[in-house]
Amino acid sequence: MLKYKFDWAVVLSGTYYDWLVSGVKVTIQLSVVSIALAFLLGLTIAVMRMSKLRPVRWFAHGYLEFFRNTPLLVQIFFWYFGSYKILPTAVNDWLVSTNFEFASAVIALTIYTSAFIAEDIRSGVLSIPKEQMEASRSSGFSYIRSMQFIILPQAVRITIPPLINQFLNVVKNSSLAMTIGVAELTYQARQVESYTFKGFEAFTAATVVYLAMSIIITIAVTWYSKTILSPLKAR
Amino acid sequence: MIRFEGVHKYFGKLHVLNDVNLHVKKGEVVVVCGPSGSGKSTLIRTINQLEPIDEGKLIVDGMDLSDPKVNINKLRAEVGFVFQQFNLYPHLTALKNITLAPIKIRGTPKKEAEEQAIALLERVDLAEKKDVHPSQLSGGQQQRVAIARALAMKPKIMLFDEPTSALDPEMIGEVLMVMKDLAESGMTMVVVTHEMGFAREVSHRVSFIDFGSILEEAEPAEFFMNPKHERLRQFLKQVLSPMH
Repeated sequence: MLKYKFDWAVVLSGTYYDWLVSGVKVTIQLSVVSIALAFLLGLTIAVMRMSKLRPVRWFAHGYLEFFRNTPLLVQIFFWYFGSYKILPTAVNDWLVSTNFEFASAVIALTIYTSAFIAEDIRSGVLSIPKEQMEASRSSGFSYIRSMQFIILPQAVRITIPPLINQFLNVVKNSSLAMTIGVAELTYQARQVESYTFKGFEAFTAATVVYLAMSIIITIAVTWYSKTILSPLKAR
Repeated sequence: MIRFEGVHKYFGKLHVLNDVNLHVKKGEVVVVCGPSGSGKSTLIRTINQLEPIDEGKLIVDGMDLSDPKVNINKLRAEVGFVFQQFNLYPHLTALKNITLAPIKIRGTPKKEAEEQAIALLERVDLAEKKDVHPSQLSGGQQQRVAIARALAMKPKIMLFDEPTSALDPEMIGEVLMVMKDLAESGMTMVVVTHEMGFAREVSHRVSFIDFGSILEEAEPAEFFMNPKHERLRQFLKQVLSPMH
């Protein structure tokens, strides 16, 4: 017989509920900011990776290999414990006066994820027929502006399914930010568990929220790509 | 308008353009024909620098393309290019395919660019298709939109690289009619094509190219009635009556 008595009221009302809700808010902030920045940075790195200038290409290649082949947790610790030692005092003071934990987590998540996004987008770009670039250059667009108006918009449409994967990874990976004291959802669930010993309830609640966020992202991005972005059917 | 002087071009060891000399005056329509692999596509692609030349001199609209300082994007904005495979932008509607370059390169206000695009679509008889994506258009319709897209930049020169070769036979006529109207409006045109009817009726001059060299160049009547070069005689026989 199961002796454990479930007490869902602990996580559905009162102080502990408020803790969890504040954790959800932080997780959403962390994820949304990191996804947006990682997407922009990923686009930039992808274009640099395909540049005709060798140093630019090599820099992007090095960046990719470095950040996708080291653990995210190490990168979070690096930015949080390591980076301030080499930054000027003025910058440090400013960082400490803001939310340094949150900022470190955003930087780590953004850079880590941008490396994967850049590779996904690059494979999308490589699948666009080279005649598209020729047509665009023939109209008088420079290489960069051809990328901006013709190639990347098509590449992103092709890359939507792997991009959704990366966005979901950001949401799930954001839980690692608890290790440097960012009071996000996993951190708060752990707090509730510590105070109440209701670990089952606390982490079930966290699980349900993560699952809901992932499903919402998947549905939203799919809907956006199908309705707002115009179709990209093969001829 | 366009002047080739002793132009050479190599793909590795392959000598694709061999001492090409060609002069196209303003308002002239020149058809370039020749067997496949003769270098005719390469020739037309050098005019807007899709293929850079290796030797010789090529002057387009007063710009010397062998000068490394020449602003290639500025040149290309003045030269319209129509591809065999149309190469419309699949993520944009017909209208936006046409307005993109005028808005972003010429800085034309959006409303004005759209009015011009609609006028161009009317000219190629596709006004009702303005909000349709390329995948929903037939080959002939796509090519007509592609011509409108090139014209939207108000080019001084129009280049056509086998514009009807990828089309079903019943759609070739509609594209050729648009090109004929364009020629009659006084546009300077270079057309690579196997459509000898177009060459005969519309062009001012026909050039025959083989193995990267221009072997013969004449006005259409002379070109078809009195071909001098043996290879041209063979070529015309094959193109005009392929069964005999």
